Amino acid sequence: MNTILLLHLLLVFMVIGSIITVEIKNMLSAVISVGAVGFILSVTFLFLGAPDIAITQVIVEILSLILLIRATINVDNVAIEEKGESIFSNRTTLIFVGIILVFAWIAFQSLPAFGEPSMRISRYYLLNAYSKVGASNIVASIILDFRAYDTFGELLVLFTSISGAFAVLRRGKIDKHKDHLKIDLET
Amino acid sequence: MEKKVESGMSSIVKTITSVMVGFMMLFAGYFILFGDEVPGGGFPAGVMMALAYILITLAYGREFVEKRVSGITASKLTDVGVLIFLFVGFFGLYFSGTFLNNFLQNNESLFFTSGTIIINDVAVALTVGMSLYLIFLALAIFGRVVCEGSLCKDLGRDSEEEKE
Repeated sequence: MNTILLLHLLLVFMVIGSIITVEIKNMLSAVISVGAVGFILSVTFLFLGAPDIAITQVIVEILSLILLIRATINVDNVAIEEKGESIFSNRTTLIFVGIILVFAWIAFQSLPAFGEPSMRISRYYLLNAYSKVGASNIVASIILDFRAYDTFGELLVLFTSISGAFAVLRRGKIDKHKDHLKIDLET
Repeated sequence: MEKKVESGMSSIVKTITSVMVGFMMLFAGYFILFGDEVPGGGFPAGVMMALAYILITLAYGREFVEKRVSGITASKLTDVGVLIFLFVGFFGLYFSGTFLNNFLQNNESLFFTSGTIIINDVAVALTVGMSLYLIFLALAIFGRVVCEGSLCKDLGRDSEEEKE
């Protein structure tokens, strides 16, 4: 019961941090607020009993903080001027989000309650992970043995994104006209 | 005769970085080798490796790192990681009939007690670490965009190359 109370407190802090992130004017403060939300999320994972995900969340949060600060500090944030109201304006977006929330509420009624997994498929993993694989960390035996195909797809996503980035950013200059940006790549 | 400019941050940061990077790499290796026994695994190990390289890049400057691990080398290491995972999958297909099957599972050897999980951890760590490091390198390259002509006026930026 106490854990659930702490969990709700952390969720409230995360919502507050997200609102600060969206509403604040300074870019660096927004990035730091995103980092705070990520660290609270990692503590939430610890309360839910998932130390693997908590470790990953902390480390990835540090990396994304560095990347976001590196990406946002040197870049001039020119605000795009809004000219009139387009079709996908704020009201239309709100209406669509409302419709999606209504359907999500209907769909979430059929899910099991929070903290009570149905354990239909995962019971097999919990019972047979050590005897079949031999790894005492069940998470590792699931993501790298039972569900290794998912991990392979995750690797392929990273590989493909890096290949695409190198194909786009390859060596070359596009300064035929004076108005274009000149990008010089060393690598 | 050009004056050699000291790149990177101050010597305090460089000294602390040279101490810290070893521990970060050690921790990443611990995550890889004991990923089947303790919480951890390939993904945090890879991100930790990428963070170590990013720390060196920030402290010593980009030219220092690119002499050791250039962008091309990191890209090739990413390919090597994916290929290791793929070959483990095909070995599983060859030895036990299913793609990505754990063909060494639950044996009594000293090191591979959980089969191919350690090999897959190495592959995941290589791919994740090197690709995240490459994302950082690409952002460092993006910071060096030089603008000419009237676009500089729109961006409100000087027409010379930005400092790294």
